[in-house]
Formats: sequence, structure tokens, C-alpha cells
Amino acid sequence: MESLGVLLTYPMDSYLEEELSKRCKLFRLWETPPEKRREFLRANAATIRAVVGNTAVGADAETIDALPALEIVASFSVGLDKVDLAKCRERGIRVTNTPDVLTDDVADLAIGLAIATMRRLFAADRYVRGGAWKAKGDYKLTSKFSGKTVGIIGLGRIGWAIAERAEAFGCPISYYSRSEKPQTDYKYYSSVVALAANCNVLIVACALTEETHHIVNREVIDALGPKGVLVNIGRGPHVDEPELVFALLEGRLGGAGLDVFEDEPDVPEQLFGLENVVLVPHVGSSTWETCKAMADLVLGNLEAHVTNKPLLTPAL
Amino acid sequence: MESLGVLLTLPMNPYLEAELHRRCHLFRLWESPPARRKDFLRANAPSIRAVVGNAFVGADAETIDALPRLEIVASYSVGLDKVDLARCRERGIRVTYTPDVLTDDAADLAIGLSIATLRRLFDANRYVRAGSWKAKGDYKLTSRFSGKTVGLLGLGRIGLAVAKRAEAFGCPICYHSRTRKPNVNYKYFPSVLELAANCDVLIVACSLTEETRRIINRGVINTLGPKGVLVNIGRGPHVDEPELISALVEGRLGAAALDVYEHEPDVPEELFRLENVVLTPHVGSATWETRKAMADLVLGNLEAHVLNKPLLTPFL
Repeated sequence: MESLGVLLTYPMDSYLEEELSKRCKLFRLWETPPEKRREFLRANAATIRAVVGNTAVGADAETIDALPALEIVASFSVGLDKVDLAKCRERGIRVTNTPDVLTDDVADLAIGLAIATMRRLFAADRYVRGGAWKAKGDYKLTSKFSGKTVGIIGLGRIGWAIAERAEAFGCPISYYSRSEKPQTDYKYYSSVVALAANCNVLIVACALTEETHHIVNREVIDALGPKGVLVNIGRGPHVDEPELVFALLEGRLGGAGLDVFEDEPDVPEQLFGLENVVLVPHVGSSTWETCKAMADLVLGNLEAHVTNKPLLTPAL
Repeated sequence: MESLGVLLTLPMNPYLEAELHRRCHLFRLWESPPARRKDFLRANAPSIRAVVGNAFVGADAETIDALPRLEIVASYSVGLDKVDLARCRERGIRVTYTPDVLTDDAADLAIGLSIATLRRLFDANRYVRAGSWKAKGDYKLTSRFSGKTVGLLGLGRIGLAVAKRAEAFGCPICYHSRTRKPNVNYKYFPSVLELAANCDVLIVACSLTEETRRIINRGVINTLGPKGVLVNIGRGPHVDEPELISALVEGRLGAAALDVYEHEPDVPEELFRLENVVLTPHVGSATWETRKAMADLVLGNLEAHVLNKPLLTPFL
């Protein structure tokens, strides 16, 4: 692949970067200061035939337009909300992502966040480390997770993996998605509000598109209610963040476990003091095992592309 | 039950205390200063026919000897390490406990702690709350939970419940207990050392007896190793605590999640600085739902006792 010019948008993974540097002609977008980026792209446009992006920096319309030789966008992510798919379709640019290899990690995180939030484990840990167990006595009672109804927005690979895990805790499963899935017994709701009104833990696990922007809005949050818990392992923009913050501060929502935010790495500081909130920095697929597998998928897709073989995980 | 004199050893549950006060003749042990306890017991011995204790203050030999009219110890716990069972046997005193109702909560905690530890969720949470995601960039990579081998020390009610949950994460299960369990497909190891050598996450879920005191010793810890994780939801004395601390500090053990300690509520402060440790203040069964069920079991057992009906959950 030595003649393949690859634009890497972000220092997303050192193994991936090394391999790309070794095997291709690598251009590192972040090495140019933002104001000189247009020139940088123009200067190298003739060589760049591939873009490797992630959830932080993908391939937007401007980037794609600046690269007339672009043939393939190989995303180091399963979510493609940062890739202008319409532009790629127009130009006949192939797009690959990293499904399946990260499904387990994300599902594990969803369950971990649900348990940690309902049982206030993070706050309990802080209670111990702050010396309060000795000084003030036992930590307060919390809420049982087993047996609670879990509502999943999006029953794709990740939603399904979450459901399988939650079932082992005796949790009845219900879901919302664009259409009912005939191959499952889980209870279907045709509206997110109805799903929220009928579950205890609402987990966002769908793709981010125009339609699902702010799919968790004030109405849904209120329906979930003062005993309800929201877990977001999807994308920040799935949730109306200011509304979420108000609801948590005012006690209209019981708790939240959040891995994603509207404006990462900015996280609303009003949430920092809340015991019923767990905040993690977009670590859904951030394990050694999974990142290696994701990197290998990206490399494998690029390799397949240059050797004219079928792409491993094409999205377009 | 108005004539039943009940000694409550600690303020363990306001609902339980209120009911005992309403329905029985209640004596609150903690209301007398420790120095005057012997007198307090002697003065009320003729009336006290029942003791309700918990995981912190049970019914030791001294207490039992001071109560000649004691007929039943109804423990607000499933663990009976704080009840002198030999003494009870000698005197023909009945002993009840609270199995089953807390199994789910304890198992949920074991899984929640396992995920939180392997994925460093609480350190990541602190990272966000300290503003480091903005200041320093992405959090580091961690370790996947799904698919890791889970080793259970003890395959009783709680051990089995943990296994069932872990299986949904694709975790191969192995175990050690006093005897191999028939009708179980999990791999049995005849010693804790072999269990530790063959698993990634070792979960303590057996009862505390003379044989299991410090069953997790230096040898077991070293064998579990620098990538291994210890999760203790049993009793503090199951683990050689000083050995555990030095192993964690020196990197001989990968990580640990502890809900119990040798001298609660004392938690060794050397643990507070470690990012590979999760600490919770003995919250294994501390949910509203479960504590109400435990209280009702205690009350139900006392009721059955005074009415000469079969005890609900007798241990002795």
C-alpha cells in the first residue's frame, strides 16, 4: 500500500498510526495548525486517496471537496455521523466502519454504567476515599438493578448485545426502533416517549442521524421520571443536553450514566457535583483488545481496497 | 409478639426497628455505652428471648452467655460469621438468616465492580470531573470485560447468580468450592491456587468460616498476577489485607474491587491513591428493595417462632 496517500485526521491510536506510517504514505492532519489546514490539504490533494477518521474528526463536506483523488474513507469507529455520507455517495467514495469488534465493549459499558448509576457506586467509592464511612456511618440505600425494566433505543448489534446481558439480570426488555423487529420477543414501542414511560433504565444505542438528533428530549426525560435512569452510549447529540442537566438538577430525572456529550470534551460542570450521575470520557470502545481489532479492520479495509478485493466492512 | 423481648444490636434499618418497637418489646443494644453493656444485658436478660444482629454486630459467645432465656437469633444478613453457631447449637438456640432475597443485589455488585475495575470507570469519572479530558486529552485504554475468564470462589446462591450474569458477557466460568457441584457445567478446580492460575477475574463469594479465613493469601494473589483482578463481595477476613495492599502497590496484582474489609469501617488509606482499585462501603445488599425484604424475613421468622410455626429461613 506504499503508494496510498492516507490522511489521518486525529492521533486516535498509536498502533494504527505506526502501521499506516510504515505501510502507506501518511499525512497527519493535526500536525498542521487549523488556519493552515486548507493549504495543507490543497498541497497534498493529489496524493491523498484515503481518509482515516474517528468520532472526533471525520470526513466532512469541506474535507471531501478538498480531496479530488479521494477513493475511500475508512472510519476508526462504528458511528458515521462525522462522515458526509451524501457527499461520498455523490462522488462514489467507498466508506468503511468498525462494526462488531466493539459491540461487546460498548454493551459492557452500558451495563456497567447502569449498575454504577443505580447503585451509586462512584459516589460510594468517593464516600470511602473521603473518610466518610468512618466519620458518618453507612452509606445510604440505593436502587436494585436486577429485575428493572430496561428500555433500549435502537436494537442493532449494540442494542441487542445490551439486551442479552440485561436479560441475565432478570430485566424485562423493551425497545424503540424505526420498525419493529419480528425476530424478537422484546416489547416494542413505536414512540420513544412511550418507551421511556414504561421502563426504569433507558439506554441510547441507535445511530446518530437527522431523525435521531435530540431523540431524548424534555418530554422523554420527564416520562422517564424521578426514578428513571438514562444511559447514553450513543452520541452526545442524541440527548438535549441542557434539558438533561436541568432535569437532573431539579430531580425530575433519577440519574444518568453518560459516555458521550454534545460538545466533547466539554462536559457540563453542573453535573460534576451530582451523586446520581456517572460521567466517562467517550470510552465505549477504548480497550486494548478492541482498539487493536478496530485498527486491524481499518488496515484490512485499506489493503482490500488497494488490491481490488471486497472491502471487509463496507458501509457505502 | 408483644411479649417477645428482642435485643437489636445496631440501628441497621429504620423500618425494621420501627416494626420491632411496635410489635415486640425492643431493647436497643447501642443505646447503652460499651462500658455499661454487661450491666445492660444482665438487667434485661430475663426479658430477652431473641437477638437481631447483622454483619457488624451479631451474637457472640459473650452475648449469648449473658442471655439465659435466648431462644432465637434472627440475623439481618446471609453471612453468619458474627454468630457463635457452636454456642447456639449447644444451647438449642434457633438461628435464621436472610438468604435469597439479597442474592441478586450481591451478584449485581460483583459484576458492576468487575466492569468498573477492568474499564477503570471510576478513575475515568474522576478524570472528567477534574477537567482532565479537556486539559490532557483522551483517557487511556483499559481492559475488556466480555470474554474474560471469571473464577468463582464459592458456588452457592450468590456464586451461581454471578456466574449466570457473567455468562451473558461471554465469560467462561470456573470455580473452587469445598466440593464439586453436580449438575453444573462450569470447570472445577480443587484448589484456590489453581483457580487463580486459570482465571482473569477472581470473585470471592463463599461464606466466612475458620477454613476460609485469609483464603486469599500472598500465593493466590501472586498467582492471579499483574493482569488479574480480585473482587471481594464476601467478607474482609477472606483476604490477607496487608498482602493485598502491597501486591497492588507493587503491581503484582492488576486491580481489585472491594466491598468488604478486615476492620470495617476502617479502610487502609494506602488504597485511596490507587487508580486500579474500586472501594465501596459494604453495600452488597444495600438497596431499598432488598433491605425491606430482609427486614420482613427477620420479622417473619420471629413471628413464626412465637407462633410455633416452621421458621421461614432457618440455618440452625
